[in-house]
Amino acid sequence: MMMENKVYICSTGIISPQANFGKKEDFALASEYTGSSLHCIEPDYKSILDPKLIRRMSRIIRMGAAAALECMVHSEVQQPDGIITGTAYGCVEDTVSFLTKMVENKEELLTPTAFIQSTHNTVGSQIALLLKCHQYNNTFVQRGFSFEHALMDALLLLNENEAKTILVGGIDELNETSEAILKRFGLYRTNQNNLQLLTTSGKGSMAGEGASFFLLSSESSSGNIACLDDLKMLFDPNEETDVVQWIHYCLSENNLTWEQIDLVITGRNGNQQGDLIYDKLEFSIAKKTRFAYFKHLCGEYPTASSFGMWMAVSSIRENKIPFTVTSKTQSGTIRKVLLYNHDQNGHHSLMLFSAC
Amino acid sequence: MHSSDIFVTGIGVISALGKDVNANVHALQSGESGIGPITRLKTIHRNVFPVAEVKYSNEELSHFSGMSDEISRTALLSVIAASEALEDAEIHTDSGLRIGFVSANSVGGMDKSEDFFAEFLSDHSKGKLRNIVHHECGSITELAAHYLGIHHYVSTISTACSSSANSIFHAARMISAGYLDVAIAGGVDSLTRFTLNGFNTLMILDTQPCKPLDENRKGLNLGEGAGYVVLVSEAAMNKIGKKAYCRLSGYHNANDAHHQTASSPDGIGSFMAMQGAIAKSGIRKEDIGYINLHGTGTQNNDQSEGTAILRLFGDALPKLSSTKAFTGHTLGASGGIEAVFSVLSVANGYVYPNLRYETPMKDLPLHPVTSFQIDTKISHVLSNSFGFGGNCSALLFSK
Repeated sequence: MMMENKVYICSTGIISPQANFGKKEDFALASEYTGSSLHCIEPDYKSILDPKLIRRMSRIIRMGAAAALECMVHSEVQQPDGIITGTAYGCVEDTVSFLTKMVENKEELLTPTAFIQSTHNTVGSQIALLLKCHQYNNTFVQRGFSFEHALMDALLLLNENEAKTILVGGIDELNETSEAILKRFGLYRTNQNNLQLLTTSGKGSMAGEGASFFLLSSESSSGNIACLDDLKMLFDPNEETDVVQWIHYCLSENNLTWEQIDLVITGRNGNQQGDLIYDKLEFSIAKKTRFAYFKHLCGEYPTASSFGMWMAVSSIRENKIPFTVTSKTQSGTIRKVLLYNHDQNGHHSLMLFSAC
Repeated sequence: MHSSDIFVTGIGVISALGKDVNANVHALQSGESGIGPITRLKTIHRNVFPVAEVKYSNEELSHFSGMSDEISRTALLSVIAASEALEDAEIHTDSGLRIGFVSANSVGGMDKSEDFFAEFLSDHSKGKLRNIVHHECGSITELAAHYLGIHHYVSTISTACSSSANSIFHAARMISAGYLDVAIAGGVDSLTRFTLNGFNTLMILDTQPCKPLDENRKGLNLGEGAGYVVLVSEAAMNKIGKKAYCRLSGYHNANDAHHQTASSPDGIGSFMAMQGAIAKSGIRKEDIGYINLHGTGTQNNDQSEGTAILRLFGDALPKLSSTKAFTGHTLGASGGIEAVFSVLSVANGYVYPNLRYETPMKDLPLHPVTSFQIDTKISHVLSNSFGFGGNCSALLFSK
């Protein structure tokens, strides 16, 4: 969407398969995984959350709440005017736990905790509880657009002047059960090294997970990291040419040429079929532009674009691409970044960032 | 951007009261509750808890909708109500308008997932993948959207029992901001063992038909269904030519920030939601003619909501009732179904009876309407939806 008002990204908080929680820079060495999946490196929560609460929370709630609080700590804001989360799968562990007991115990002797925490808005509402935030609170669950729709809703609120600051995040967890089910759909490779995922083209990717939060603001401040200039989505395009046309339309709407973009971050994930469109952009359309990737770092999951956004914002802040795998040599400062991601060719999104 | 620019030109509903708006209105007028014994859901609680089932099998719903009877009941219900709303609004999805579909649900394709799980648990290579492929909430919305022919903007909101109120007002804001001309917005949920057992662990299910707002209320009855309104911008309305039922004049979302499942004793979230919706519309609270309550029939909800209403309105209470004694608590669908009832209330002056209300709550002097009325003086109707996680939303419909 084109915004009337500028939208600033004040701070980030992230828990991912990389050791990037709580750090502001020095993302040099990427963590290595072998197998079908990447799992989050969780921090010692005791410094962030009340130990009594930690015991009650399932993993996705801990990760989401900690990433959100971390994001708030790095901002100058005490309380946001709204909390919006995006999650495709929701609270998988609690859902599976309640379902399993229900099936095994034949609907008898069940306890409420897992059910209570199984609703998709649990992370968003736990954050509201922790921050004692009575303001706007919403949760989007639109598969590969879950995070994008949360972000869209935040941009709407900022543009309506209904809010000055919004905490927005993308969260999805991977657990043994969901991985076993997703594997049966043939989405992942076996015995794959993540650092070689993007250089060995084949069928399937690696599964991932993460919790990435951002504090957005409509007000300028010296502490702001970057601006979010545009967000666009394309749902279920018929063919590749439609996607290319749409990307060019978005660039022209922002008065941009490929040469003016310092860095393009794509959702390349190693799955040959899905990577065709990224190949087309990188090797035929925008040959001179620098490209970088992120899914070898966080794995593939429906809200992975939120990790991509962290990478885009961090690249602008550090003038360096975190855990870099880049195709073309770096030159000049990183001021304008385009993030393009698609989820199984159905949900395509573009985000445009710039230095403030 | 003014919310007054949003008009409601179509409505569609399926619930235990019937498969379309006419059947629902007929039941509401004649005081026929949809709550009864469980007949479809395979559960050990069959003879224990009454529910408000949609009175049709998946095969029959498949016949009404034209979709396969093998897909989730949730998608079938969604398509039936959304199609009725679209048809009522005289909108063709190939008309060149930018149409959005914003639907809500709380458990997606869980009715199929729980069948999958029974087989999968014994052996991870077992269980039909077609029973789990539409587990995601968003997948149900996409199934319905594809069937309706809507691709421009398809979104799903899941904030437990306030889900579809939030989908209606997200859709309105998408139109206000100029991204959509038209939106079909509301929500759906079907009965599942997962939710029935979940609510049972919370010990808030009544073993008798529920009694919202009554001193002797013992809990809620679960229901199923779908409800959608068609929202249009003024320009789109003029182009389409269908007369509006009313406007969506206000909305607000607040969080109780009190407890994961329980509402606060002072109902701060509910209070803020209602107050915010009234402020957004620019009317005076005295102008509200009827409130369609969240009114689940649990001790906690009705006490909290009632406290918030008395704090906001004082002695000058509007007419009020909960229609959940008719439809049961349809969770992610409730805000959509009750939005349809509220739209009809503004358009036709309908005020629905709060069935089975006998004894006023101690300390909370709220006296809901107990018989069907037509009050043509009603110009503004408030619809409340509150959910787990403290999510509280209110919608305001106006002449």
